[in-house]
Amino acid sequence: MRRLAPSAEEKAARAGLWALTLITVAVLCFIILFILRRGLPVLSFEFLTANPVDMGKAGGIFSTVVGTVALTVLAVLIAAPLGVGTAIYLTEYTWGGPVTRIIRFGAECLAGIPSIIFGLFGFILFVTKLKFGWSILSGGLTLAFMLLPTIIRTSEEAIKSVPPEYRKVSFSLGSTKWQTVTRVVLPSALPGIVTGIVLSIGRSIGETAATIFTAGSALRLPTSLFSSSRTMAVHFYILAREGISMPNAYGTAAILIIAILGINLLTYFLMNRFIRKYS
Amino acid sequence: MSDIAIEIRGFSQYFGQVRKINGLDLDVRRHEILGIIGPARSGKSTFLCALNRLNDLVRGSRHEGAIVVEGRDIYAPDVDVVELRRRLGMVFATPVPLPRSIYENVAFGARRAGVRRRDELDAIVRDSLEKGGLWEEVLDRLESSGQKLSGGQQQRLCLARILAVKPEFILLDEPTSGLDPISTMKIEESLRRLKKDYTIILVTNNTKQAARVADRTAFFLNGGLVEVGPTAKIFTAPDDRRTDDYLRGRFG
Repeated sequence: MRRLAPSAEEKAARAGLWALTLITVAVLCFIILFILRRGLPVLSFEFLTANPVDMGKAGGIFSTVVGTVALTVLAVLIAAPLGVGTAIYLTEYTWGGPVTRIIRFGAECLAGIPSIIFGLFGFILFVTKLKFGWSILSGGLTLAFMLLPTIIRTSEEAIKSVPPEYRKVSFSLGSTKWQTVTRVVLPSALPGIVTGIVLSIGRSIGETAATIFTAGSALRLPTSLFSSSRTMAVHFYILAREGISMPNAYGTAAILIIAILGINLLTYFLMNRFIRKYS
Repeated sequence: MSDIAIEIRGFSQYFGQVRKINGLDLDVRRHEILGIIGPARSGKSTFLCALNRLNDLVRGSRHEGAIVVEGRDIYAPDVDVVELRRRLGMVFATPVPLPRSIYENVAFGARRAGVRRRDELDAIVRDSLEKGGLWEEVLDRLESSGQKLSGGQQQRLCLARILAVKPEFILLDEPTSGLDPISTMKIEESLRRLKKDYTIILVTNNTKQAARVADRTAFFLNGGLVEVGPTAKIFTAPDDRRTDDYLRGRFG
């Protein structure tokens, strides 16, 4: 068979890759439009601010929004310092010997564990053993464990991509290791680290399996860390699964999608401003 | 007080199994510009990084022998490495401005050393940029990024940046290897001016540069010193044949 001429090959490659990208974008748009078309008609100010009535058949989703935000904030507040700290230690304070490799391997294995296993683990440890019950605390801790590997991994990559010359310059100017990390490495790595954290926020907002076992599915407005609370994703699951109200299920899904899009856009905007200011 | 600022005695530097410097003996005199020439991989840069212990950052780094700076062995266990690096400022072959403003690049070392007051920092930044021969060109844009300067300006920024830490020694690792002749000339002018206040060690791939600015010149080969002497003598009547061969371009 005759091979294509290089110029024809170039054109074919361009067209092929363009088509693949188009498919990706089309699938994404289809999902978003599908949800929004069914969800948007249900949305109103009341839907957001009223508590569910009659198992969610009527009323809004306010308590599940509060539950989702509380769980996510708690999980990220725990996982981000732990994960970023671990990443700094692994990249800046070790030579990359066997211990580092074992820790990294462990974190990667953790990333591959299905979230329902985390849910079960959280149920046994936090809900029953430590007697936190079905609560925001149990759910937040469980989600934090689930997010850790992602945050460690993305932070490590971000820190590694900081040019080694920056560190050399910093040391040669009489900085300590800690000063080099906080003043030179972290500011340069911040956009990457924040991207990882935002991805993990998205994951925890959308998580069901890990939270249904640990935070429970109460529809009351949570009042403390020890309140059980249903997240939006769990609410959607229960509404759809039990056939309680498909319109309200899609309404919840629409809010979920809009929230995640909003968080991504906001971060993108803030990071752009940060990068421009910093360099 | 003798005029020897740094004594290097039987110094060898290893990285893992590889020996980069082999039993080096050399004196550096106060307020001189000591030029170091030699072919690639002769241990010139490794030697500089041994003086401010940047080699410590490399995995598997190990040394033998002693380097005595102003009467103290810098590899003694009680030496404060951070303080040592402030005393021996280093300019690298490629200028590396940090991703900050010109002002913050120069103020970086002083801030890390604990200078907080704005007026004090302002004075340090101005003084350092003047000594580095860059002040006139940047005085109206101190807040713009250091990375937006031209290559030659960046290298003078790096020079000013170490002066802000108030070092006693300036170590330069092929500082003009990527620069055009005019930028090179400006750096060399700065070095001649700085000599009266600092002791300068200049590693260079450009033998003519050593001939132009160095008071004494040392010729390195395969991680060892071949000979050291007044620059005029090294360039006109070296004792060792290998020095002559290198300067005439017969190898290296």
